[in-house]
Parts: sequence; structure tokens; C-alpha cells
Amino acid sequence: MSLTKREKIMTTDGRTTDAEKEKRKIKSVKKMKEIMTNYYIEAKTAEQTGKKVAWITSGGPVEPLIVMDIIPVYPENHGAMIGASKMGVDLCEKSEQMGYSRDLCSYARADIACTPVNGGPIGGLPKPDMLVCCNNICGTVLKWYEIQARYYKVPLFILDTPFCHTEFSDEARKYVRKQVDEYILFLETVCGKKCDYDRMAEVGKLSVKGQRLWQEVLDTAAHKPAPMSAFDAFFHLALIVTLRGTRTVIDYYTGLLEEMKERINSGISAVPYEKYRLLWDNLPVWYKTKWLSEKFAAHDACLVADTYTSAWCGSLKYIDENDFLGTMAEGYSRIYLNIGVDEMAETVIGMVDKYDADGVVMHSNRSCKPYSLGQYDIQRIVQEKRKIPTLMIEADMVDERSFSESQIETRIDAFMEVLKAR
Amino acid sequence: MITLGIDVGSITAKAALVKDGKLLATAVIVTGYNSKNAGETVYEKILSEAGVNRSEIQGIVATGYGRNSVSFAGKSITEITCHAAGAHFLNPAVRSVIDIGGQDSKAIVMDEAGKVKDFAMNDKCAAGTGRFLEVMARALEVDINDFGSISLTADNPAKISSLCTVFAESEVISLIAKGEKRKNIIAGIHESIGSRVAAMAGRLGLTSPVMMTGGVAKNIGVVKALESRTGKSIEVSEMAQLTGAIGAALIAMTL
Repeated sequence: MSLTKREKIMTTDGRTTDAEKEKRKIKSVKKMKEIMTNYYIEAKTAEQTGKKVAWITSGGPVEPLIVMDIIPVYPENHGAMIGASKMGVDLCEKSEQMGYSRDLCSYARADIACTPVNGGPIGGLPKPDMLVCCNNICGTVLKWYEIQARYYKVPLFILDTPFCHTEFSDEARKYVRKQVDEYILFLETVCGKKCDYDRMAEVGKLSVKGQRLWQEVLDTAAHKPAPMSAFDAFFHLALIVTLRGTRTVIDYYTGLLEEMKERINSGISAVPYEKYRLLWDNLPVWYKTKWLSEKFAAHDACLVADTYTSAWCGSLKYIDENDFLGTMAEGYSRIYLNIGVDEMAETVIGMVDKYDADGVVMHSNRSCKPYSLGQYDIQRIVQEKRKIPTLMIEADMVDERSFSESQIETRIDAFMEVLKAR
Repeated sequence: MITLGIDVGSITAKAALVKDGKLLATAVIVTGYNSKNAGETVYEKILSEAGVNRSEIQGIVATGYGRNSVSFAGKSITEITCHAAGAHFLNPAVRSVIDIGGQDSKAIVMDEAGKVKDFAMNDKCAAGTGRFLEVMARALEVDINDFGSISLTADNPAKISSLCTVFAESEVISLIAKGEKRKNIIAGIHESIGSRVAAMAGRLGLTSPVMMTGGVAKNIGVVKALESRTGKSIEVSEMAQLTGAIGAALIAMTL
């Protein structure tokens, strides 16, 4: 026997009614989906419209591409889509058949496997005219992009950002700054046109503004209860990654920020009965975001912030919006994954304080070595300095074979029992 | 007041009845294919053995991997919390627990009241668990219950370096092919579990006294290997396998 909507509202305990769920839905999502769909349509039809396409790493400087009217495409964003649509295992297995080791990054494996067969949720990425690889996020991207450059027979530009153990030296600054010029020269050569430096200054300003807005959106979760969770941030992140430096980003995040403020004013929270506030570390487990979100919500726990989505505005302090080209070397070098563990731990502690987190949930991500390497140290430092419990979950962002639901469920339940008993 | 704890593990299902803070009865069965049935069966078994009626039970807590499939339980609590409570009951001085069960291993640090302060669990791999020992026992054609005593007679434990059950099994098979003595292979297996679990426990920082719980605690070889790797003496209760169920029954009293 099926119940009417009204009956459902009347017969359940208020946590699961349809009206409740509807109320909690973030309305901007629809607009975001439209923007991303249009973005991918534009990218997939670039060959017909005569536009050039560049594949670029998620932490790479996209602004010069925007200036040159090149469409940036992100294999990592593609990897996230593959994971979210649960196509990761098939594609990872395919890459293993092609000869790639299972120990490699699942974004890389899934993307490489998509290429020859136009596989994945959107039938493969549009063919690139060039590749731009910045190693500020990891070393895997170097080989990954070399493989793709050979496959497509297109030029590859590598921007090498030295690892910032404790500081960013003058030598490093000069070294990266010089490469920014080489990067622009590379784009000018591939496109056969000159860079418009006035437009560069303008795009730089838009990029900084977009990053500030994204930070403001994330900051709304400092409110108790949080109007959005890290799971929402995982979704809304796509724009600051892909279209940084465009007005689209600014318009969208302005609207999203407005909506978050309205939610705060009308008391709408991401989790119905928020009692515990947690911080998430590392990439999402893309194929399990819904399960994890519901799992924590069932314990009245909200993941209020995360180190991942905030990485796209974390190095704003090093960038001068009036001298974007001159300061982006430092901004792009000192991102979360390119700094020492002590500084990473300080960042985590800063977030624990800012969002008043009761605990930290760390995803030890089999794929992402630079993100997962220092986690035990960060865990120890956070426990020592803030005396809050931390939970380690072993999984993988895309490859579901590295996820054991019952073990992780036990861990989360036990962690919540510890938190509740405090 | 009589309360019941049901611990449905991946290999065995355990039950414990507690009356007014004292252990009244326990029962153990093999979980088998259907964990839902296992909970019901072990429940029936303990009732008939203890001569207690269902109506007399005033609270039931389920724990273990099958905890959510025990429909007659009032609440499900993880085995981490239950093992801590159970160990505290068996010896209130205990501050750390190493629990090696069928599917996973855990290290737990608790306070003087038996409350969990922190815990760590093994990763997805089954090496370092009871299941791993079962696989090895099959490969070596030895009764699992004799593993402990055989390993104590080893003169030179073999080196098993693989972290994965599947690879470790093939390593064991190649050792058999080389003619390595059975007792040395078994001792080597215990060493490999000991080093794995000790590494996890070391990360957490064990506080003495340490108690080992879970079915694998019955294996003296693993206990000795853990003692040498952690540098701490480890006590084992006769009730080791039932610790989770006892803890669950005790928690049921407080609900």
C-alpha cells in the first residue's frame, strides 16, 4: 500500500519526511548542473566550433588558458565523475589489462582506460590540443600526462613547482615565475596568437574574487548548525576547479553564498539534528558519498568542513590580485599538497578551531599518496594539540575494490560511540 | 536483572547472560552462512542451557559484524565498545585491549571505567586475523586448535613477509615445498601476525595492563609473538572469545 505524501509526513518521525528532505535540498544544485552540462557540451563540441582544448591538472594555473580562450578540461574532474557514477572498477580493471599497476592512482588509471574507447559517464573527454601539467599536487601527473601526450600526439607543458618543506625561497620564486612566462609562450605558440596582458590582469582578479567567494561559501559552515556539509562542498567544488577566472564562477558562488545565508537565517541545516561537528581530510570516496553522508547524519554528525575543497582557496594569502601574474608562482606552489606535514597539521588545527570540530575523519586514500603520506603524523599532532578523537578510514577515491563497507561501518559507529561517550 | 549480549562475528556467534552484574551463562556457535539465524540460534541455545525464559530478559545488546541483523536486540553497539566493557569486567585494571577476531584486529585504549579512549583497526586486508590463521591451517593440514602448542616447539621460525593472505598462503606453500618444518612455518605465521598487529597497536600506544580478547587469543603462539613484538606482557582470560558478548550484556544493563 502506498502512502500519500501528506500521510508520509504524518506517519514518520520528522527525520525522513519528504517535505523535510525537500526543505534541506540546496536549490542552487540545479543551476550548477546546468553550468557543468553546458561546460562539457562546449568542450565536447570544441572541434566543430574551432576552439582549442587543453587538458590541465586540478592544481594547475588555469587563468592563462581562460585569457587565451582555450577550454580547460580536467581529467581529475573526469575521474571524480567516473567514481561518482560507480564506473571506477570497470575502468581500473581495463587499465590493469592495458598493463598499468593497481598501485597507481585510480584517477589516472580510469582516465587512461577511457581514452582509447571513449568510455566513462560522458563518453570520454574531448580530444586535447595541448596538455598542461603542474606537479604541485603529485608526481603521478607527470607520467600520466606524458602518456596522454604521446597517445594524442599533442604538445605538453610541465610547470614544475618545488616542494615547500618549510618556506618558499627566492630561488624557487624566480624558478617558477620564469616558467609562468614559458607557459604563456607555449600557449602563444600552440594558439598562434599573442597573450593579452590586460585581459590576464582582469582574469587574475576574477580568479582571486572567485576563490574568496568560495572561501566565504565554505565559511558559512562555521555557523551552528551548518547550512552545508563537506558532502555539499564536494559537489559545488567543480566550478572553482574548472572555471576559475571566469565570471560564471563569481555569479554562481554569489548565488550559492546568498542561499547559504538564507538557510542560516531560516534555520535550515545540512544535517537535521546536528550534534557533532566533524572535519574531513583527503579526497572524497566518490562512489560512497551518499552512504557516508547518511551514515554520519544518522549519528547526528555533520562533516562541516574538509581540507580538500578548501585547497582551492587555501593559498590566497600569497596572491596579490593586482599582480596576479607576478604572485601566482607562490600561490600555486604553496598549496595544501605541496607543503610540509607540520604546516599541513597547522592547517588542519586551524580548521578544527574555525569550524569548532569535535573530531577529525581521515580518509587514507590508497590512490593519493601525497595526501595520505603524512596522515598518521597529522593525526597525532591534532590529538596532542586539540585532544579530539580522530578516525582513519582506509579506502580509495574511485576504485571501489579498496572499500570494505562493513569494516568502515564498524569504525564509524565505534568512533561515534567514543564521541558520544565524551 | 538479567541482560543478554549477542556477538555475531564473522566466524562464530557468541552469547552471554548477565544477572545482577554477574556472568550467568555463555554460549558459542559457528556463524555459518546466515548471520541472522546465527543470532537467533545462539539465543535459543543460551536460554535452554541456562534455563532462562525469554520473558525474564530485560535488555539485549547485539555486537559484532552481524550486530545489525539481530532483530530481537534493543540496540546494537560496536565490538570496540563491547570488548572494552567486557575486558573491564574480566579485569578492571586493564587499560588496553588487543582483539583479534575472525575478520579484523583492533587495538583499544580505555580509561579506568572501561570507556574507550581511542582505537585502531587493521586495514581491509585479512592478514593478521582469525580467517588468515584458518587459511594457513588448511594449507598446513593442521587442526587450528593445535597451532599454538605446535608453534612453541619451533627451533627457527620461518620468515613470512607478505602482507596479504593470498600471497602469504603461497609463501607458506613454497616453504612446504622446500621442506621447511611445519612447526617453524606455524611459528613464522604467528610472528607475521604479531608484527602486523603490534605495528597497529604501537601507533595507538598501548597502556599496561594489556589484555588480549577474541577467538585468536586462544592461540598461545600469537599471544607470545605479540608479547615479544610489543614488549608488554599480555593477559588472556578464559573468556577471551566471549569478551564482546559479555560487554554487550553489561551495556544492556545500563540502557
